[in-house]
This record gives sequence, C-alpha cells and structure tokens, in this order.
Amino acid sequence: MLSLIIGSSLLSALVVAFGPWGSPGAVRRVSLGLSLVQIGIVVWVLSQMDSSAGFQMQEQVAWIPALGSSYHLGIDGISRWLVALNALLLPISILASWNAVQKNVRAFHALLLALQAMVYGVFLSLDVFLFYLFWEASLLPMYFLIGVWGGERRLYATIKFVLYTLSGSLLMLLAMIWMAFLARKQLGHLSFDLVDWKSLAIGVDVQRWLFLAFFLAFAIKVPLFPFHTWLPDAHVEAPTAGSILLAGVLLKLGTYGLMRFNINLFPEAALLFQRPVLLLCLIGTIYGAVMVLVQTDFKKMVAYSSVSHMGLCVLGLFSFTLAGQQGALLTMLNHGISTGALFLVVGIFYERCHTRDLSQYGGAIAKMPVLGLLFLPVVFSSMGVPGTNGFVNEFLCLRGAFLANPLLGAAAALTLILGAAYMLRLTQKVMYGPVASHAMEELTDINARERTSLGVFVALIFVLGVFPNLVLSSTEASVQMGLDRLLQGQPAAAPAVAPPVVQGSLPSAPRAKLAETKGKGSEVLAFSDLNGAEVKP
Amino acid sequence: MFGVGFVLALALAIFSIGAFGVLTRRDPLVMFISIEMMFNAANLALVDLSNYLKLVQGHALVFFVIAVAAAEVAVGLGIIIAIFRTEKDVNVDHLSELKG
Amino acid sequence: MSPLYVVLFLPLIGAVINRLFGARLGKRASAGLACAAVLTAFAFAVSAFLGLSALAPAARSVVTPVYGFLTVGSFKIGFDLLLDPLSAVMICVVTGIGSLIHIYSVAYMEEEDDAEYARFFAYINFFVFSMLTLVLAANFMVIFTGWELVGVSSYLLIGYYRGKTSAADAGKKAFIVNRVGDLGFLLGIFIIMGVFGSLDFGVVLPHAALLGAGSGLATATALLLFMGAMGKSAQGPLYVWLPDAMEGPTPVSALIHAATMVTAGVFLVARCHAIFELSPTAMGVVAWIGGLTALYAATIAMVQADIKRVLAYSTVSQLGYMVMGVGLGAYTAGFFHLLTHAFFKALLFLGAGSVMHALHGELDMHKMGGLRKKMPITHITFVIGACCLAGVPLTSGFFSKDEILYMAIAGPHASLCLWVVGYLGACCTAFYSGRLVFQIFYGKPRDHHAYDHAHESAWPMALPLVVLAVGSLAVGLLGLPKFASSWQPFSDWLAPVFADVKTAPEADGGSLVYWLMLLYTATVAFLGWLSYQWFAKENPKPTALAARWNGLYRLLWNKYYVDEFYQLVFVRAFLGYSRWLWRWVDQGIIDGAVNAVGGFAQHLGALLRERVQNGQTRQYAAFLMAGVCLLLGLVFIYGGGR
Repeated sequence: MLSLIIGSSLLSALVVAFGPWGSPGAVRRVSLGLSLVQIGIVVWVLSQMDSSAGFQMQEQVAWIPALGSSYHLGIDGISRWLVALNALLLPISILASWNAVQKNVRAFHALLLALQAMVYGVFLSLDVFLFYLFWEASLLPMYFLIGVWGGERRLYATIKFVLYTLSGSLLMLLAMIWMAFLARKQLGHLSFDLVDWKSLAIGVDVQRWLFLAFFLAFAIKVPLFPFHTWLPDAHVEAPTAGSILLAGVLLKLGTYGLMRFNINLFPEAALLFQRPVLLLCLIGTIYGAVMVLVQTDFKKMVAYSSVSHMGLCVLGLFSFTLAGQQGALLTMLNHGISTGALFLVVGIFYERCHTRDLSQYGGAIAKMPVLGLLFLPVVFSSMGVPGTNGFVNEFLCLRGAFLANPLLGAAAALTLILGAAYMLRLTQKVMYGPVASHAMEELTDINARERTSLGVFVALIFVLGVFPNLVLSSTEASVQMGLDRLLQGQPAAAPAVAPPVVQGSLPSAPRAKLAETKGKGSEVLAFSDLNGAEVKP
Repeated sequence: MFGVGFVLALALAIFSIGAFGVLTRRDPLVMFISIEMMFNAANLALVDLSNYLKLVQGHALVFFVIAVAAAEVAVGLGIIIAIFRTEKDVNVDHLSELKG
Repeated sequence: MSPLYVVLFLPLIGAVINRLFGARLGKRASAGLACAAVLTAFAFAVSAFLGLSALAPAARSVVTPVYGFLTVGSFKIGFDLLLDPLSAVMICVVTGIGSLIHIYSVAYMEEEDDAEYARFFAYINFFVFSMLTLVLAANFMVIFTGWELVGVSSYLLIGYYRGKTSAADAGKKAFIVNRVGDLGFLLGIFIIMGVFGSLDFGVVLPHAALLGAGSGLATATALLLFMGAMGKSAQGPLYVWLPDAMEGPTPVSALIHAATMVTAGVFLVARCHAIFELSPTAMGVVAWIGGLTALYAATIAMVQADIKRVLAYSTVSQLGYMVMGVGLGAYTAGFFHLLTHAFFKALLFLGAGSVMHALHGELDMHKMGGLRKKMPITHITFVIGACCLAGVPLTSGFFSKDEILYMAIAGPHASLCLWVVGYLGACCTAFYSGRLVFQIFYGKPRDHHAYDHAHESAWPMALPLVVLAVGSLAVGLLGLPKFASSWQPFSDWLAPVFADVKTAPEADGGSLVYWLMLLYTATVAFLGWLSYQWFAKENPKPTALAARWNGLYRLLWNKYYVDEFYQLVFVRAFLGYSRWLWRWVDQGIIDGAVNAVGGFAQHLGALLRERVQNGQTRQYAAFLMAGVCLLLGLVFIYGGGR
C-alpha cells in the first residue's frame, strides 16, 4: 500500500509530463486533480494504520542482494504526519503557481509531482540505500524548480543549494557504507536495512564518527546554525510553489533524519553530543530570530524565521524528553503549515506588486481585507499564540529544553519575544499604516483560488491549535519507543511521577521522593536541577 | 651475437631519443618521426624478448603494432594537412584549440 | 450543561460571526448580535454566581472540564473551567461592564463604515471571550491561553485604526512588552509543571508548600509568575505599553486598559497567593513594585495634558495600589480595589470618550473648560468617578484604597515606608483628579469654536455612564471598613479562597491608624480645594509654576524619558547590533566561508586549466612521460610482488 503512495505520485508525474494535454490550463487542471487523488490515497492508507505499534505496512522485495539492499518500505507514527503534510502541500503549491508560472508549464508540474514522490520515498524507506537514493533524487526536481522558474539570481541560489546539501550527504554516504560493513562483520552479510542496523552493537568511538557524518548531512538540510546560509538564498529565488515545498517538506527531511538515524542508531553518541547540539540549536533559534528583525526583504524574513523555528524543533528533539520530541514532531508539521502559508502570502503579494522590498509595502489591508482576515491567524501561529498550532509545539519544545537544562529553556524562550517582535513588525510593514507606494494602490484582494488555499492553512492552524491531541496521540507510541531505546542504557528512567488526578488527591510524593524518582526520561524536574541549573545526561 | 640485454638497452636508447624528440620539437612531422622511433623501439623490445623467451606471441604483436602505426601515421598526416590548410601553420605550440 | 459554556462561548460565537459576515449584516445587526451575546453571557454569569452562592462556602469551587487539550505521556492538561468566588466575581465584572461598554460603543463607533463597525464588535466580543477564559481557568495552561489571547485582542483593538502608523506601533509595543512578561510566566509554569507534575490549580495550589517555604525555588517561581503579572498589569519597568495603548478607541481603553484586562496581573497574584505566600522576598518585591509604580505613575499623571493619557497613567498608578495590596497579603483589599476601580475607571474613560465625542476628537485639556453646562450628565457622572478615584471619603475608591493603605500599617506584611509611598501617591491622585474635573468642566471655555459645537451624548452613551456612576458609589458598600460595619459581603464571599492566608489583626483602634487616616482625608480635601483654585480658571496657575520649576516639569511632562531610554537601548541599539551581526557575521563570516569554499574550488579549477589543461600537446606528452616514469619507478621500488 505504501508503494501505492509513491507509485501513484510518480505515475502522476509521468502522466503530466507525457500526456496529450493541449493547453497549459489543462496541465494545471490535470495535475491539481491528480494531487487531490493523491490526498485521497494517502488519507485512505493512513486511516488503515494502527498508531500504537512500530513500523507497519511493511513491504520488502529483494532489490540489490549483492549490496544487502532491498526495497523495504514501512511507516510509523513519526513518518505518518509528514507523509500527510507532503500530500497536503502539493495541491496548494499547484494553486499558488496557477498564474505565476507561465513558462514550460508541463515540466513545472511534472517536477512538482516528482518531487513529491521522492519525498514520500524518503519518509517511507526502511532501507537506507533506498533512503539515500530518494534523498538525493529529491534534490534534482528542486534544482530545476529554482534554476528554471526562479528569480534573478536563481543560478547562484540553486547551485549553492544543491552543492551544499550534496556535500553534506556525501559524508552520510560514507557513514552508510561503513554501517553496511559493520553489519557484514556482525550479521555475516552486507546490509542496508534499517531494522538490521538497529540491532547492531556499535562502540562509542565508531558511533561518534558515524553520528557526526549523519549529523552534518541533516544539519545542513534542517538547516541548523551555522549551516543555514543557503536557505535564505534558495527561498528568495525560488518560485512560490518551490518555497512552500522547500520549507514545508524538504527541511523536514533533515529533522526526520536526525530523529530516525542519529538518535535511533547512535544512542550513546547522541547522548555524548547532546550538549553541543543543544547549544547550536539555541544559538540558531535566537540568531535566526535576530536575523529576521533586520531584513528588508519580505521573503528573506520568512526564510530566516524558518531557521529560528527549525532550531527550536531540533532543540526539542535533542532534549531527549517525550515532551520535547513530541513538540519537535509537531513543529515539523506545524511549521510546514504556518510557513507554507506565509510563503503563499509572499507569493500573493509578489504576483501583484513585483517587489519584495518591504519599504515599498504598507497599508495593504485597506485594499485586501480578506487577505488581512486570513493573514492574521498565520502570523499568530508563527508567533506561537495559544489557540493556534504554533503555540502547542513551541510550548512542548521549550518544555523539553527546560527539562534538559532550565537555563537553556529560559534562553530559548527568548524566541517568544523575538518572534512576536519580528512577526508584528512584518505585519505592520505590510498591512498597516498609510498606503505606501504606487504598487500598493493597485492591489486587488485575493480571489477564490487564493482564498481556498490560504483558507485550508488557516483552518488547519486552528484545528491543530485547539485539538493538538489529534496528532500527538498517534505519534506518542513511536516517539516513546525511540526514547526508550535511546535511554535504555541510562539509570532506570522512572515512569513520570503520576500526576495526581484532576480533582487532586495528594501529589503522593513529598519532596525527597519526587527528587528520587526523577529519571532521565521523566517529566518531573527535581529541585537540585534548578539550583544547579543543569541536568547531567 | 648480442645478448638480450644489449638489444633491450638499444630499444631503451631509441625510445628515449624518440621521447626526447616528441617533447622538444615543435614540428609535427618531426614529432611523428619521433613517435615512430618509439614504436619501433617497442617493437624491437618485443622481438627481442619473445626470441629470448621462445614465445611466438611477441612476434605476432609486432605485426599489429606496425599495422596500427601505419594507420596512425595515415590519420595523423591527414590531420596535419587539414590543420595546415585552415591555419597555414603547423607549429604545435600555436595549436591549443582543443583544450576545452 | 454548565452555564459557563454559555458565558464563555457565546461571545466567541458572536465574534466569529461578526468577523466573517459582519460587513454584510449591517450596523444594526452586528451591534445587536454583539450586545446580545455579551448581555446573555452576563445573565448566565449572574446565574452562575447565584448558583455558586447557593452552595456551602467550603464547596464553592466547581471544576467543569470541557475537553482534554494536551496529553504528553502521563501528563494531561484539560481545557477546564473553575468557578469559585474569585472567578465568579470576575465573570460578573467582565460581562457586566463589558455589556455597558458594548452599549456605549453602539453610539460611539457610529461613524465607522459597516465593515469596520462589525470588526470592532467582533474584536471586542473576542476580548470578552479571552478575558473570561483567563478568569475561568482551572489550570495554568488555560490561564496562559487566556492571558495571551487577551494580549492578542488588545493588540487588535489598539491597532484598530489601521491607517494610523502610531496605532500600529502602539499595538506592537503592547504585545511585545507583554510578551516579555509572558516569558516569565511561561518559565514559572515550567517550574510548576516540573515540581508538581500537574498544572491544575486544584493540585498545585493546595500543595504549594512542596516548593519549600522560603526556598529559592519558591521565590523564583513567584517572581516569574509576577513577571507575567507585571506585563499585563503594567507594573514596574513593563508599564510603558499602557499609556500608548490609548491609541485604541476609547471604549476599548475603558474596557481593556482600565477595567478588566490590566487587572489580570492582580488576579493572577491573588489566584496563586499560595505560591507567593511561601516567599516573603517575593511578597516584598511585589508590594514595593506596586507601591513605587503607584507613586511614579501618579506624578506623571499630574502634568499630562491629554485626558486619556492622564487616565492611562492614573490606571497604572491604581493598578500599583492593587498590586501593593496583594503584595501586602491583603488580597481581599487588593481585589476590592480591583472591583471598585473597574467601575470608576471605566466610568471616567467613558466620560472622557463622551467629551471627546462632543468635541470631535479633541483630547487636549488645555482647550476645554466650562463644559458642565453643555454636558450635564457627563459632568455629574465624571465628578462621581473622579471623587472615587481621588478617594473622597464615603466613595467606593475611598473604602478600597483606604483598606490597602490600612493594611500597609496593620497587615501581615506591614511596612510604614510603603505606607508613605502609597500616601504620597494618593496625594498626587487627589490632585490630578481635581485637575481633570475642574479643567474640563469648570472655568470658562478656552476654545470657543469647540465649545459651541459641544453637545450631550446620545442615550446609548449616557446610559452606561449613569449605570456606572451608580455602580461606582454602590459597590463601596460591599466593603465598608471593619470598624464601621459588621456586614462584610465582599470579604465574606472571598473568604473561602483566601482561607489559607493568615489574616490581619483586627483593627483594635490603635490610635496611629486613625490619625493617619485622618491625615489622609484632610490631604485629599486640601488638594481638591487646591486644584479647584488652580484649574477652574481661564489661565491656570500651574502655567506659572511650570515655568518656575521648568526642569522638574519637563521631566514629568516627558515621563522621565523612560520611553526614549527604552527606544534607545532596546530598539535602536539592539537593531543596530543585529544589523551588524547580519552584515558582518551572517553575510560576512558564515556565508563568506561557504562562498569561500565554493570560490576556492572555482579558482583552483581556473588555475589548473590555465597551467595544466592548456592545450599544449608537448606539455601533455611530458606529463604522460612523467606519469609513466613515476609508475615504473613505483613498480621498481614496491612492485614485483610475485
């Protein structure tokens, strides 16, 4: 069934590329239709899965036995929502480029669909060789999307993007080959199978190098500070659809990889590197936000805000707490939605004003009341206001960070202030104040097509903001399994001290007991942590 | 007669002269002659060694080499003439169009 | 189904409908919808209040779970509502005063076009919803949700006039400054989550002692929570947003920035008093920040010319009294002042709005005067409000403020120094209250053109004024001083909430207390008379005084230059630094390094092409030879394995 998802997406790309479509309009309609069919398929497949167990719906077919590599797919709670996000963003990207893309329409849409197929492949592969194949293949459509349909400096941006990402993944490839040979040593045959890999016993010395190699590849993709500079360039030059998919799903490949490989395969190394990684994320979170504040380019602001948000996401991931990791997972989903919506809005404006320079903007809301209505929830979501989806993931990630180290959590929470500052600055520059320039005079409000796509985002923002358990309940089992594996060598992690029931019987434990039962994975913080301000891993 | 070592040394000497010629001369014709000398040095070595080892393959190979060398000279001269027609000049130092 | 559902969600539904379809509904329908939603909510709030009062005092704490909001592992947070005496009072105040202000706005916002009109009502309905979420919260998550949502609605309403840059700036400032406070609040929540494994008030507060009485942890938690309170209630260094918030329409200032939202901080401290009580240090900080803010803001209010600014600084100052009250452990007194202040400050703002409306948006007091003849209702009600504010004996403001000052000398955390600070603040308050009344309504008109066009406001504006004026006077009866009356409905009502607090010693007729109160009353009377002498004239005397004490006057006029200082340090310097960081570190070093790697490869390639791949046949041949020699050499040295 999982092959159906990838296959139908790939088939759609071929149909769009080689079908007998007379006009660009027909191509657009066909690809929109196919992408909606995709959503149907994905929803159907996902509804079949049971979120309480590990990998499901596994398919395994021998592929390159000589290398120990097979065509092995599977899905669990972690990849589930990313697959859904990938399905969701495509029709919106197609709608976003309805008027914006006039050149070579057929190729554009075929590439979008191909990109989607590759991303599905990355999320669903359980064979690492296959994973790597899809991982690299996903670069190619994006290379062309930016390089052909991009802005003025598109060549610079796209080459930088591809080479930067590629150089990171080469190290990852080396590490993968190393792992395959480790498997031969321990299992007797070369193997690229993730399930096999999990059973390997790897010494800490080796783990350390492997961890770093994988980490570099994923950190560039996420992107973590200081590997982030390709992102603003790529976003600024990419067409709107490219930006939505880049921010929406391609960045998530990095965080997904960190979760699936770095933390799951190399637990000791992950614990060893926890602090430097957390520090890097903290810097990235704050630094990204500070960078947003001083940008004068509409799209660059949104791009840098991604750096900040993804930093927070990895911060939650590497807090190695259930709250933090659940928050990170939710961030992957929510960032796709809110940043996708932001890029959509940027695209809507760019189509009308042909400038991204913020000094040309101002007073748009007077001309575009409907856009104003739909834009504000997006802004609030990005700022993490309760009631929108952004709040829940920020809360959980910060919570995780705070558990890992209170000072770290407190410092990362500065993003609350900075986030509000830059998003409100952006809103004010664009929406409020007197009408700023001639370009703004001629703005027209968004049409039904734009309303629909933005409306979908806004609806999701509220639904996920009010009912986060819809997502969290189905990911918890998988995340917990990963955490258990990570922390199994650690001093026995007590189950979180059962919080007293709502109506409040005594929180059974007096102080000392609370402190004593506190374990690494526990959700309870002891007093010593605050006084010493540190948690030893 | 001469020992195997002597003939090999002779081959080496001819080869070196040829190589020196290729590296130092600018006239393509002289370079060709030098290359032919290198071929023939190799042929000499082949004949000598197959005679020494009592193997027939070496002798057979020599014929191939001679045939290839002849074909190569034909093609090479053709190219030189073609270049001369278009450039009016066959100094190899002036020819660097094919560097890509 | 609990009436709380109606109370809470009806305003939300009103807001959504008005926001989405308001432009098509027309003014009458959208105003009707909004008012109906709030009035119905008020009715249900009262019924909830009565329902609660029917219970035995000890049982007056009812949790209504709505749905499970967030579950992480064994940690569950529900969207739960708590109805107890504290929140019951608050929901009545919020929906009651909210209703009056909705009715007032019907006329006040008349001049906006249909879509804008509906937008206003949608936002203000949404505010009521958010505020109710805040006060009805049964756990820290819900209170934080309400906390942020009132911030959002405040942002939207301050920036309501979208075309004005100053309005957008003020909204942005309000939100960001509030976020600074929220940061502390959130960290406080994290500590609580860690220590108690739960966020429910029902679990945390009764067992607050787990934090350790007097421990650093308790102090940290209390102060972090108080940081949130400082943001919302405009205390200490975070007060700067409130005066700017006056950019919003006047009914908004009355409802949000005077009567309800800004009291959230006081509410929070009262709600979490169990945590604050653990740390005398935190209590001291709270009381002193409250007291100093009260005095500080009152001094600024004395010289401002813009009516709404005077009222804004006055609000900051009065909030300071409330915070001082709760910091002194006098929760009932602080909360009582919150209640009376909600009435009289809403009244004053609406009165100011009425004056503004009559004078076509004029806000400068120097251009007013003699309006008492033109606007009798506004005049009378405004005077009542000002008397309450000044603390004229027998008004509600007198009872509540006096109670706080009394607790400063007789309460559990008494401090005479703090009393002096509070007393000086009260003096300033009396002075500027008098100034407001006399400069606006007495003396001779200073701007005849404006005066001639002035008129009394329409009934939807006048009615709330009257109701609030009556309320301002009546609400004082709920909390008469203990020595004057044995009927103490307010403190009896709140007693179950504050049952765990050690109570103040009963007023035993210590003579000092009486003398100080007498002194206070006399000062108020004297300052009222003084302000009459100075301001009820065409050429107020203070002009001369201001010229004489020019330095001091300018310092106050410019609000101690705090805004300028913040602008310089937190905005200019920070942005300058960020810009430097971007240009030199991000673009220069980090991106520079990336491009340098690419550039290095490119240059190396160019160099090799120039030097090696140069098309010189003979050179290629030479490399070939060299290569062969090298290989042969290697074979000679290492080779011949077999």
